[in-house]
Amino acid sequence: MELAIEATDLSKWYGKEKTLAVDHVSLAVKPGELFGLIGPDGAGKTSIFRMLTTLLLPNTGTARVNGFDVVKDYVEIRDRVGYMPGRFSLYQDLTVEENLSFFATVFNTTIEENHHLIKDIYVQLEPFKKRYAGKLSGGMKQKLALCCALIHRPEVLFLDEPTTGVDPVSRKDFWEMLARLKEHGITILVATPYMDEATRCDRIALIQEGRILQVDTPAAITAAYPDRLFQVKGGSMSATLRALNKLDGIIRCYGSGEFAHVAVPATATDMEQRIKDHLLAQGLTDVVVRPAIPTIEDVFIKFTQEKKA
Amino acid sequence: MSTTATPHSIVAEGLTKRFGDFVAVDAVSFHVNKGEIFGFLGANGAGKTTAIRMLCGLSIPTSGKGTVAGFDVYTQTERIKRNIGYMSQKFSLYEDLSVTENIEFFAGIYGLSRDRIRTKREELIAKLGLVQEADKLVGALPLGWKQKLAFSVAVFHQPQIVFLDEPTGGVDPVTRRQFWDLIYEAADVGITVFVTTHYLDEAEYCDRVSIMVDGRIAALDTPTELKKQFGTGTMDSVFYELARGAKRGGA
Amino acid sequence: MATQGKKKRSAHLSHLLSFVRKEFRHMLRDRKTLLILFGMPVVQVLLFGFVLSNEVKETRIIVVDQAKDAVSQALIEKIEASSYFTVLTDSLPPTGITDAFRSGRIKAALVLPVDLQRDLLHDGRNTVQILTDATDINLAQTIEGYLTAIITDFSLADGMAAPYVIAPETRMLYNPELRGAPNFVPGVMAMVLLLVCVMMTAVAIVREKETGTMEVLLVSPMRPVMVILAKAIPYLILSFINLLAILLLSTTALDLPIKGCLPLLLAESTLFITTCLTLGILISIVTASQQTAMFIALIGLLLPTMMLSGFMFPIENMPMALQALAYATPSRWYYVIVKDIMIKGAGISALWQETAVLAGMTLLLFALCLKMFNIRLDER
Repeated sequence: MELAIEATDLSKWYGKEKTLAVDHVSLAVKPGELFGLIGPDGAGKTSIFRMLTTLLLPNTGTARVNGFDVVKDYVEIRDRVGYMPGRFSLYQDLTVEENLSFFATVFNTTIEENHHLIKDIYVQLEPFKKRYAGKLSGGMKQKLALCCALIHRPEVLFLDEPTTGVDPVSRKDFWEMLARLKEHGITILVATPYMDEATRCDRIALIQEGRILQVDTPAAITAAYPDRLFQVKGGSMSATLRALNKLDGIIRCYGSGEFAHVAVPATATDMEQRIKDHLLAQGLTDVVVRPAIPTIEDVFIKFTQEKKA
Repeated sequence: MSTTATPHSIVAEGLTKRFGDFVAVDAVSFHVNKGEIFGFLGANGAGKTTAIRMLCGLSIPTSGKGTVAGFDVYTQTERIKRNIGYMSQKFSLYEDLSVTENIEFFAGIYGLSRDRIRTKREELIAKLGLVQEADKLVGALPLGWKQKLAFSVAVFHQPQIVFLDEPTGGVDPVTRRQFWDLIYEAADVGITVFVTTHYLDEAEYCDRVSIMVDGRIAALDTPTELKKQFGTGTMDSVFYELARGAKRGGA
Repeated sequence: MATQGKKKRSAHLSHLLSFVRKEFRHMLRDRKTLLILFGMPVVQVLLFGFVLSNEVKETRIIVVDQAKDAVSQALIEKIEASSYFTVLTDSLPPTGITDAFRSGRIKAALVLPVDLQRDLLHDGRNTVQILTDATDINLAQTIEGYLTAIITDFSLADGMAAPYVIAPETRMLYNPELRGAPNFVPGVMAMVLLLVCVMMTAVAIVREKETGTMEVLLVSPMRPVMVILAKAIPYLILSFINLLAILLLSTTALDLPIKGCLPLLLAESTLFITTCLTLGILISIVTASQQTAMFIALIGLLLPTMMLSGFMFPIENMPMALQALAYATPSRWYYVIVKDIMIKGAGISALWQETAVLAGMTLLLFALCLKMFNIRLDER
C-alpha cells in the first residue's frame, strides 16, 4: 500500500550559521493513520510540517505526500491537503461564518458539500457564527481553524500544535474530534508539545533537537521503557526529591504530578524496599513507594537525560 | 500556615470586573499567603487574564476590594507594580538584547544600583549555567532557557509576589521540572508565587489551587483536598468535572 | 476536456469573487483607515484649493495715482474689477506706503507716474512701479505676476492704440488668469491616487504574511495571480470613487472645468491607478512586515513622487540624474496626461506616448509581481 506521508533523510537549516532545525529525519505515515509528532518547542516540528506542506524546501532528502513529491508536485499537494498552522490563522476581522465560507471557496467547495465532516465541530461554533473570529476564545478559535482546514475534505490533514495554549477541557474535546475524523479515513499528522496527548495517536514519533528519537505505537514505546519505575511520595515533593538524590542505585528521579518518579535498573529487584527504608531513615513520614507504569513523558525524560550524560 | 501570623500577600473580596453587560470576573474572593505557591487554573475565557490584570494594577476593578502586597488595587497600583514581578509566555525578554543586557535592563527598571546589579548578575548567570551564553542574544537561546532566564529576571529585584502566566507552555519535560525547581527556590526565600498553567500535573506542585469557571472561583483548596472532595485520583478529573459545566465557551 | 476547462475557469472566477468580497470586508470593517482613504482626497483638494493655494484673493493694494488721468482711472477700475485685489482708496504720499506695509494693511502697492497718459502717447511707453511685501516670497511673486498680467492685458485690450503699446513677451498660456487650481488639481490627483493605491496595497499581502493566513492560502489551490488580482480589485474600485470625488470637487468647489474628454480622463486615470496598485502589491510581495512596507511606500515612493512628478518643481530645471529618475516615476507621466486633458483639452493622439509609457510600466510591474511572489516561506 502506498504511504500517505513518506519522508526520507529530510534536513532543514536556516541562516548564515546553517542552524540545523531538522536533522536527517525519516518518517512513514500510513493512510488513515493518526500520527503524532511529539516534542517540545524548538524540536523542529514546524519545519517538518512546512516541508511536508511544500512551504519550505528541504536542504537534504525527499518527501512524498500521497505519492506526490513535495518539491516537484507542490501544486498537486496544495490541492489535496488541509493545513492548520501553529497559530490559528484566521481572519480576525471576519466572522466565523465568513471565515468558513471564504476558505470553502478557496478550496472550490461549499460549506454544505462536506458538512457531515465538520458538523460535530460546527454545532459548537454555530451560536457564535456572527461573531468576529478575533473575539473568540482560544478553544473556539482552534475549532474554527480546524473546520477551515477540513472544509474541502483533505486527503491528508496537517495540524501543527493545534492544542498549544488551549485549556485542558478544549484539548480533550479536540482529540475526540480527531478520533471521529479518523473514522472518515483522513490521514492526520499532528504535532504537540503535550506528552499526555501522545496516547491519543495510533503511532507517534518522539522528536527533540531536530532528531527523531523513536517511532512506534505509544503502547510499544512505553512498554519498551528499559528501567524499572516507581512512584514515590513522602511529605513535600522537594523534600522527597532531596532525600532520593542521596540514594545510590537510582538512575533518575523527578516530580510527576502528585508523586516523584524514580527509575532504577531493571535488574535491581530489591529497590522498592530500599527506597522506602531510605526515605524513612531520612525522616520522611507517610512514605508511599509503589511500581509505576511509565508514560510517554517518562520515556522522553529518559532520552533527554541520557543525551545530556 | 497560620493566617494570623503571616500577612496575606493577596486579598480579594468580591472583586468584580464588568465590560458592558459582560461580567468577566464575578465577585471573586480569596487570599494568598506569603510564600505560598498558588495555582490559578481555569478554562480559556474563564476570566483568569482579567483577574490577573486587576491584581497587577493594570486594570481597575468595577467593584469589590483587593490588596496586593498590602497595597490597594484601586489607589496604589504604582506601588503594586514596584512590589511584584511578572512573566508571561508571550512577552518576557527582549530577543534582540543579550542575556546580560536583558538582566541589566530589567534590574534597572526596578531601580537596583549598578554595583548590586553587577554582582547579582554574575551570580544569576552562573546559577543558570549561562556563562558561555552571557553575551549571546536571547533570541538564539532554546525556549526552556529563555523561560528560566525570564523567571529569574522577574524575581531579580526580589518582589513580594511573582505572577507567572503560563510560564511552561511548550517547554520540554526536563526543563519544565528545572523551571519548577526555580519556583520552589523563590518560594523558599518568601516570594509568593501566583501561577497559571494548562499542565494539570503542575497543579499538583502548588500549595493551593483555585479553579475559575465562568468568572467565579469554583473550587479552592490544596490538591489533595480537591481530589478528596471530588472523589478522584487526579487533578485532571477535578478540572474536567468543574470546567465541563462552563457556559462561556465562546467568550 | 472542454467542460473540465470550463469548470476550472468558473472555479477561478468564484475564487476571485470570494477573495474580492473578503478584501472588501477587511476594508469596510477598518473604519479608521476607510475614513482616511475617503477623507484624504477631499481634505487635500480643499486644502490646496483654499488654504495653501498660491492663488491671490482680495489682496489689499494701494494705488498711488500720481497721474489722475483717464488711463490711470481706467487701470484702477480694471484692477478693482478683478477678484484678486481690493484697492484701498486712501491717497497717500509715496512715503506713507512703508508704514502701510509695516502695519500689514497692504500686501502690495502700485505707483503710477504723473505723466502716465502723456508719456504713453508721446513716447509709446510708460513705467509703473509695483511694490510687494516679499516676506512671503511666493505671495509676492504671485501678486507681481497677477498685476503684470492685468496691466499687460489692460494695455493690450483697453483702447490703447496699436503703435503705442509695448507688450511684454511673457504670456500665460491656458491659464491666463494665473489661477492655482489648474496647477494643483492634476498634481493632487496624482498624489492622492498614488497615496491611496500604493500605501493600501503595500500592506495588503504583507498583513496576511504577518497573521499567518498566507501560510494557509499558499497550501491551497489558490494561485498567486488570484491573490494579486483579488488584493488589487477592491482598491481599484475605491480609488475610482476617489477619483470621481476629486473631479467633482474641482469642477464644483474650485470651479475648474474639464476641457478635454471625460471618458478619456477616466480611462487614463484607471490606467494610472492600476500602475500604482501593482507597485503597491510589489512592495507587499517583497517585504516581510507591514512596517517595512509602509516605510518603503511612504519614504521610498511618495516623497520622490511629490518632488519628481513636476507638480511642485519643474523637471526641466533638475540635474540630469534627477530628470532620469523623474522619467521613471509613473506620476510624472500621469501628471502630464491629466494637465493636458483637463486644461488643454488634449486627445489621445497627443497623449499616446505617455499612455504607452504608463501601460508598459504596469505590465513590467505586474510581471515582477508574479516573478517575485514567493510560493514558499523560504527566504530568498
